[in-house]
Amino acid sequence: MKHPLDSLWGTVIAGLILTALLYFLARKMMGM
Amino acid sequence: MSMDLIHYGIGRWLHILFGMVWVGMLYYFNFVQVEALKRAAAETPPTGAGIVRHVAPLALAYFRYASIATVLMGFYLLGDRAGDVLTFRERAYVPIGIGAWLGLIMFFNVWVLIWPNQKKVLGLVSAGEDEKGRARRVAFLASRVNTMLSIPMLFFMVASGGIFRRAMFA
Repeated sequence: MKHPLDSLWGTVIAGLILTALLYFLARKMMGM
Repeated sequence: MSMDLIHYGIGRWLHILFGMVWVGMLYYFNFVQVEALKRAAAETPPTGAGIVRHVAPLALAYFRYASIATVLMGFYLLGDRAGDVLTFRERAYVPIGIGAWLGLIMFFNVWVLIWPNQKKVLGLVSAGEDEKGRARRVAFLASRVNTMLSIPMLFFMVASGGIFRRAMFA
């Protein structure tokens, strides 16, 4: 099976999704 | 010249400079070299030997040594607050703490997963064909993971101060 990171677009999209998830996690950790 | 200028001004400048070399090489591998080698392998006869022999080792050298310089400058900037930042001891440390952790995971990937496996792929250490194939896959995926992590890493680095921080975490 092809891995999502085999594709450059898959890699970039995964990075953007991770950024959004970590952003909301950071806000939660900061009590916002 | 004040110590603060050296520490936070010149220190930050060098941290970003070395980080650009590191991530720049990472993007070269992921956006350029992987695709170029695929095209070269499809030609008859294959034409990628020069890239593997002359370009990749040099690019990998800048890549891995720049990663050391970047991390060292990062710790220099954090100074005696490094432990507090990495354990998120204060709320204000959360954005830069997340950025620092992402950078450290990338650093681990460079030295534990990418470089040892690339040495096998490039023939710098002996390895059988099967082992080379596995090494190529591990190094490739670790490199892609680092490309993925570089996106939030850069976000948290730039969002940890100034006007961007006020916009994102005020």
